[in-house]
Amino acid sequence: MAMLEINDLKVKYGVIPALKGLTFHVDEGEIVALIGANGAGKTTTLHAISAIVDKSGGTISFNGKNITNEKAYKIVGMGIAHVQEGRGIFSEMTVLENLMIGAYLRKDKADIQADLKQVYSLFPRLEERKAQNAGTLSGGEQQMLSIGRALMAKPRMLLLDEPSMGLAPVVVEDIFRTIRKLNKELHMTILLVEQNAQMTLHVVNRAYIMENGKIVHSGTAKELRENDEIRKTYLGL
Amino acid sequence: MFVQQLINGITVGGIYALIALGYTMVYGILKIVNFAHGDVFMIGGFMGLILAQTTNLPIWIAYPLAMLITALIGVLIERICYRPIRLHGADALAILISALGVSIFLENFAQLVWGTETHAYVQKIQRTAYNIAGITLSNIQIGVIVLCIILMIVLYLVVNKTKMGMAMRATSQSITSAQLMGINTEKVIALTFGVGSALACVAGILVGTYYDAVYPLIGYSYGLKAFAAAILGGIGSVPGAMLGGFLLGIVETLGAGYISTGYRDAFAFGILILVLLFRPSGLLGKKHVDKV
Repeated sequence: MAMLEINDLKVKYGVIPALKGLTFHVDEGEIVALIGANGAGKTTTLHAISAIVDKSGGTISFNGKNITNEKAYKIVGMGIAHVQEGRGIFSEMTVLENLMIGAYLRKDKADIQADLKQVYSLFPRLEERKAQNAGTLSGGEQQMLSIGRALMAKPRMLLLDEPSMGLAPVVVEDIFRTIRKLNKELHMTILLVEQNAQMTLHVVNRAYIMENGKIVHSGTAKELRENDEIRKTYLGL
Repeated sequence: MFVQQLINGITVGGIYALIALGYTMVYGILKIVNFAHGDVFMIGGFMGLILAQTTNLPIWIAYPLAMLITALIGVLIERICYRPIRLHGADALAILISALGVSIFLENFAQLVWGTETHAYVQKIQRTAYNIAGITLSNIQIGVIVLCIILMIVLYLVVNKTKMGMAMRATSQSITSAQLMGINTEKVIALTFGVGSALACVAGILVGTYYDAVYPLIGYSYGLKAFAAAILGGIGSVPGAMLGGFLLGIVETLGAGYISTGYRDAFAFGILILVLLFRPSGLLGKKHVDKV
């Protein structure tokens, strides 16, 4: 059974349809990507899953439970942590406070400390800067903080929205290495939204390609990498 | 003379600060100016008066009860008059107009129910004046100052050291990000209105006790001064509201004492203009930088 199952999802901004009936799924243990140009509806899809935007149709279920009509603040407690586009960190709080607020709903103090250690071992930079205001971090460090904060919720699934955006190529490679590590070593299920199709198709198991609020292609990363049309349109080869 | 005026200024300033906290906390979270807050302060003053007058409750029950009722009124105002507009996605201007409407409603409601006249406050505490080295100090004055300072310390600790405070700070930075952390932001917003209104109620009771008066339009002048204090300290900043309140109270009292009482308000708003000329974001306000 799929961990995340999305059926005929529709979202409108005013009268303008942003998602025109999206159907896809993510299985446990997978990394799946949504790829597409600006305005294709990738971020909107994640926002709909996290209930930050209202849905005008369709259903979303997670672990077999219908979460379509849940409130935004309930989603993380169900096991879905959302790493926002542009990081969405609390820039006037310290790095440590940001991480601790990721565990806002959790009560298991000892477990939280253990997870904090794990995040620090994943991102040693965050430990060095734990007392610093998050706003003073570099873009790459903020992205690490945002991912670390999401991990502090002990989620079963991560939604990553354009983690490579605005970062230097070396840092992007670093972030992608981390994403792979989260999946391989921590067995985290990941739904990744990216414009960087080239890199993404080397990290994920499967991908869906979006255009104008619809899925136009789907397949395993290998299939998509070898598809001529996709090579031309999305990989620029 | 100087020390005397300074103490008088601190007393008034503490009261301004308590009201200013409500403005600044709501602004911090919703980026709206709750123009009805001055009138919530007035309602709080009346609640204290009524409960002390009509019941035989001792003040340590009657006044907290008044705070609780005023807090509920504050929560209700948000619930009925702001939240529907907010969730509809309307901009801050619509909420501002709604706030002005609430303000007019509360003022007229108070005049209808309690009349337009000034009410003497129930003096539950025997007023005694002390004379120390030529400075007159009443027990009420000491009480006002001590209570203001205690409440501010408590609020500061709650905001900075508790989980609820962390949720409030997170919500004030980004409602969306806070929700993604599992924070029920609507609850946080309601709580903010509740705490701000309860503090305004304390200020109302203190003004009533200190000046022995409460009247339906008292919220207008105090509300405006406290709003100025919040801006002076940097709106959105809790320590800023405290500093702004004390500073405004001291400046206007010194100005009134040394130059002319007629210019009391001119000093209050004069310092506001001066500070804003040199520090547009207020004394402790954060410089607003829009990153692209």
